[in-house]
Amino acid sequence: MICVVHAHPYPSRSRTNRVLADALRAVDGVDFRALYDLYPDFDIDAVAEQKAVEQAHVVVWMHPVFWYSVPALMKHWFDKVLAYGWAYGEGGAALHGKHCLWVPTTGGDEPDFTPTGLHAHPFAAYEPSVEQTARFCGMRWEPPYVIHDAIAIDDGALARHVAGLMERLARWRGSRS
Amino acid sequence: MMRDALVYLAAAVVCVPLAKRLGLGSILGYLLAGVAIGPWGLRLVEDVESIMHFSEFGVVLMLFVIGLELEPQRLWGMRGAVFGGGTFQLGLSGAALAVGGVALGMPVTAAIVAGLALALSSTAIAMQTMAERNLVPTPMGRSAFAVLLLQDIAAIPLLAAIPLLAAHAWTGGSPPWQQAGKVLAAVIAVLVIGRYLTRPVLRMVAGSNIREVFTAFALLLVIGIAQLMSLAGISMALGAFLAGVLLAGSEYRHALETDIEPFKGLLLGLFFISVGMGIDFGLLEHTPAVIVLIFAGLIVLKVVTLWVVATVMGVGSAQRWLFAALLAQGGEFAFVVFGVAETAGVLDAQRAGQLTIAVALSMAATPLMLLLHDKLAAWRAGRSQRPDDEIRESGNPVIIAGFGRFGQIVARMLFASGMRAIVLDHDTEQVELLRRFGYKVFYGDATRLDLLRAAGAAEACLLVNAIDDVADSLALTDRVREHFPKLPIIARARNVTHYVELKTRGVDVVERETFESALRTGRHVLENLGVDRFRAREIADAFRRHNLATLEALVPHFRDEARVLSEAKAGREELREFFARDRAQFETEQRKGWKGGS
Repeated sequence: MICVVHAHPYPSRSRTNRVLADALRAVDGVDFRALYDLYPDFDIDAVAEQKAVEQAHVVVWMHPVFWYSVPALMKHWFDKVLAYGWAYGEGGAALHGKHCLWVPTTGGDEPDFTPTGLHAHPFAAYEPSVEQTARFCGMRWEPPYVIHDAIAIDDGALARHVAGLMERLARWRGSRS
Repeated sequence: MMRDALVYLAAAVVCVPLAKRLGLGSILGYLLAGVAIGPWGLRLVEDVESIMHFSEFGVVLMLFVIGLELEPQRLWGMRGAVFGGGTFQLGLSGAALAVGGVALGMPVTAAIVAGLALALSSTAIAMQTMAERNLVPTPMGRSAFAVLLLQDIAAIPLLAAIPLLAAHAWTGGSPPWQQAGKVLAAVIAVLVIGRYLTRPVLRMVAGSNIREVFTAFALLLVIGIAQLMSLAGISMALGAFLAGVLLAGSEYRHALETDIEPFKGLLLGLFFISVGMGIDFGLLEHTPAVIVLIFAGLIVLKVVTLWVVATVMGVGSAQRWLFAALLAQGGEFAFVVFGVAETAGVLDAQRAGQLTIAVALSMAATPLMLLLHDKLAAWRAGRSQRPDDEIRESGNPVIIAGFGRFGQIVARMLFASGMRAIVLDHDTEQVELLRRFGYKVFYGDATRLDLLRAAGAAEACLLVNAIDDVADSLALTDRVREHFPKLPIIARARNVTHYVELKTRGVDVVERETFESALRTGRHVLENLGVDRFRAREIADAFRRHNLATLEALVPHFRDEARVLSEAKAGREELREFFARDRAQFETEQRKGWKGGS
């Protein structure tokens, strides 16, 4: 079972995320959770979210990168769902051993994420806070699947990304570890 | 009849405010009024006897109200203080006073009756003084209330027992077993009436929505029970008290209390007036030494024994003298007891008269004793620095007026999060239904000042005005603004006019009842048209913000129709522009993202 936690405030306006979301929704054994559709008032049902995550052995965090970080509702999901006594702390072992795959999409391209580029750092420099969130909860951090140029990307490249992501996920589909 | 009413009312209106102004309290005012119009004053009223008889009904009503305030659970929670502390006080003070009576040369039976009667304190004086000084919720106040309560309960068997003490108790009456059977039957009848018959009838009467019929029924209930009891030859007050206790748990408690209260107050006032008229100043003239001796003995013995009682009941050392001063006076029941004892031949007329004067004097002395206590306490506090403040127990912090579709949600949310609230509603069927679901809802018209007081508006920290009727809602707001200006209001508005009316009255928080649900409906429509859920929410948020700002701007000019129209039109235009700008911004951001100008 794969649990995809997806946070995009305006899915119908997105191209990359929409195509990826449609592809993922179609996969058997994927629980696709579109946070901005489920909780437009930020009224996250932490118990329901935890139950969904418990069912899965792979957790995917997929979202556009906003201001070098996760969208507000994704952050709120971290705050509410990854709770003491469940995700960490005393008795908090619900996520131990689960695989965590991060799928960020950015509006920039490869040259933007260089010392002389628009964002001044390689994309990997923005990774640690998300990575450590997963590791702190005892999850196995997988190499992120980063998709750049999400706004201007052409159909061919987008199709290759969908295939690439599917291949990554296929490794865990059917297996329990 | 009309002339007498004129005399009584005029005397009360003149004397009571005057006495209050002089710091003597209303009871002393009534007593003085009685003296002024009675046989020893202006001789305006002759038939003191029958007036006394009629006004005793004030005492009956007072006991009914005391019973109403005594929920069985509350009585149970105070059982130690009431039956332990109260009985101890009655026994100790009664014994000391009886010994004093014997020392004055009274027969033992008479001394016991007089001692017990003098041991009783005035519930009316003590409770009113404590309420004025805000002492009722303090531990000292609770102990005093417990003692007063037991006295009120004990006065009833005491009255019933006096004829048995008299040598000629049963002459001419029915045999004792028949009497006992009548008493038992009457008590069972009161239990059945109070427990099973009254509530359905009250529901029906309240359902008719005619206020005065409800009041009439409340009086009918008390008078009926009192008559039943007097037929059985026992105290009317006991029957009224029982009926009150039986109705204490009902949803009509506050409404009954509110309706009976003015009658109780007036009749009690009349009772005190008749006591004042009944004071035999001839006796004071002939045997001044004896009366002064009885008065001084009463005060000294009672203050000392009450101080001991306060110590045993665990009243803080700083409050013990206050406790004693509050309860030292003789009570209204003493007058009744002396009258009954005189009729039964237990007391001779002269002694009964002397005792009555002494009790009246002790009542008059209460404000002076309290004044003395305050002076002494201030002097002592000046010497030793330990103002050990008693912690006051707070009542229900929130009052919710209206428990319909709207108030219900608010109240249930509060209850679910463990908050306490007192709920008032005037829809009988609704109240019945909600009580079946286990909600503590009181029936009553929340716009009435006395009901608001009874619900604790003076101590509450918040009032939720969820009444659906616009006129009632505004009446409640005015009432609260006038009498409890510090109590914040959160109000439900039926529509924009109502919203503006509430805002102009200074209500801090107003919610239009349909606004939020309409916004949510608008969001659903946008979602169905393919707008992302979060985007729909943002649009609703923007609309809300704009709408509220426009509305706030309208509040000061609401009476000016032309201004309102132009403001509303300008607001609509502004909103259109705002949304156009917002849409353009949104489109650009979505299209260009982080790539800047590219």
